[in-house]
Amino acid sequence: MSAGTPNNTNTALHELGVAQLAAKLAARAVSSVEATQHFLARIQQEQLGAFLATDASVSLAQARAADARLAAGERTPLLGVPLAHKDVFVTRDFPTTAGSKILENYRSPFDATVVSQLGVAQGAGMVTLGKLNCDEFAMGSGNDNSAYKPVKNPWDMSRIPGGSSGGSAAAVAARLVPAATGTDTGGSIRQPASLTGITGIKPTYGRCSRYGMVAFASSLDQAGPMARSALDCALLLSAMAGPDPDRDSTSLDLPAVDYAAELLAARPAGAGDKPLKGLRIGLPTQFFGAGCAPDVLAAVRGALAEYEKLGATLVDVSLPLTELSIPVYYVIAPAEASSNLSRFDGVRYGHRAAQYTDLNDMYKKSRSEGFGDEATRRIMIGTYVLSHGYYDAYYLKAQKIRRLIAQDFQTAFTQCDIIAGPVSPTVAWKIGEKSDDPVANYLADIYTLSSSLAGLPGMSVPAGFGAGGMPVGLQLIGNYFKEAQLLGTAHQFQLATDWHLRQPPSL
Amino acid sequence: MALTSQDIARVANLARLELRPDETEHTLSQINGFFALVEQMEAVNTEGVEPLAHPAAVIGEVALRLREDIASEPNQREASQVSAPAVENGLFLVPKVIE
Repeated sequence: MSAGTPNNTNTALHELGVAQLAAKLAARAVSSVEATQHFLARIQQEQLGAFLATDASVSLAQARAADARLAAGERTPLLGVPLAHKDVFVTRDFPTTAGSKILENYRSPFDATVVSQLGVAQGAGMVTLGKLNCDEFAMGSGNDNSAYKPVKNPWDMSRIPGGSSGGSAAAVAARLVPAATGTDTGGSIRQPASLTGITGIKPTYGRCSRYGMVAFASSLDQAGPMARSALDCALLLSAMAGPDPDRDSTSLDLPAVDYAAELLAARPAGAGDKPLKGLRIGLPTQFFGAGCAPDVLAAVRGALAEYEKLGATLVDVSLPLTELSIPVYYVIAPAEASSNLSRFDGVRYGHRAAQYTDLNDMYKKSRSEGFGDEATRRIMIGTYVLSHGYYDAYYLKAQKIRRLIAQDFQTAFTQCDIIAGPVSPTVAWKIGEKSDDPVANYLADIYTLSSSLAGLPGMSVPAGFGAGGMPVGLQLIGNYFKEAQLLGTAHQFQLATDWHLRQPPSL
Repeated sequence: MALTSQDIARVANLARLELRPDETEHTLSQINGFFALVEQMEAVNTEGVEPLAHPAAVIGEVALRLREDIASEPNQREASQVSAPAVENGLFLVPKVIE
């Protein structure tokens, strides 16, 4: 950051990550109001389609509240730092659409637990800049299923940013926000993070409360942070995680952890240039086959070579049911979605058709007008696999294979500490390329679905570039509750490399 | 096993969806393409395997906790009805269901 006029200093605020910006706020070198204004001005200019809602008066009121806490002497790690939320987290002060027309103009009477834990009123003191575009009800891998507009990848505006947290990923990559929340059901944090060159973590299922997340597939949905570095993700995850005993019965009864402190302490004394000595990284042979594009494999192998330099050893492991994770996921997730989306009936909230004959006709017309193609398709699939006579053959069978998939991971973790591989078999594709081919989209989720089904924590870490100069992410998968180890492993890589610091040439 | 357009109509009715005739054909071919993928599941031997609902249950018992059955939320009727399509005197309006 070049010194100069105060104006120049502000111009560079968006270059700072969460930890750096927090330090500047704590030193009172900049106020939260100034930081908020700076990011809002950038958001106003954005051409990516990343945002669905902003409200400067709300954001600035939150920033003033954060500044008051700073003025009173409070020094906590996220105080006054702005962020934006994926539009599946309900917010009292901004509309929430989940990327769907059926929720156009919806106003929640409450904040999601994750939103209030991060927020300024009762939480860590972060300022909400607005709501981020996503695939409708988080169903998609390209953000082209948003009912409002597609999101563009800041590395190449003709390409998708990934999905479903595509707005979150694009906004972080384009330096419109220092960090964002995302949700991951089958890869929706990791895949867009990979395709836009940022860092994102999906924690263990149940680590963050699902209360106030618009439900897609309840046994898979999990919230997580997206930012530029593992350190920034650690800071956010510490505030997001923790049990929510009265509001989410599936949230884990485990206390929140100070992930950033663990990560900074992780480098053992005397380890020298081999900080990861003793770490065994498992490479599932099924993740390195012909299905993965050579440019992606080259970047992933380069990152693994770096890990070897840091002292880690690479071992081959096997996840034999990897291919099966696609049908298993695409039976279970639509089944749960069809149940969750039955609440949209045009009565208590959401779109209601203008013309109808009776109650049943009102349901049908309201839902058919309100849901987009992918949501409709998944409701249809889900309803079918749960219907009389098919439940055992599809849903129950899928839940049984799910157990086998989860057991395979446990077998693999007897041979290694962390599993690594690609996140996505290709770099970001062109907008519209797979729009009308749902099965092609489903197949591209192959490397993220199995860990989602098993409920394991997973990350994407920037690992280099592939075809067309597009970013490639390295996926790291940890065992249950091992988020700290995962973040620490990513952090050591980021101390030794600068892939996570690269920014789109258009900036 | 391929689905027919009658299956699509039956499922759409169960899901309270109304598909246009051109949509039905399109949906049918896409869903059949998808079920070709799903058929792979048949080859997996799941004899004696218990279905897995909460993923962490694979390493140990996960107790789904209960809370006391007491009202914990304040009454927010107005805020809750702000987004309702039709409201009168604090009540949600629906078409007549009982003659």
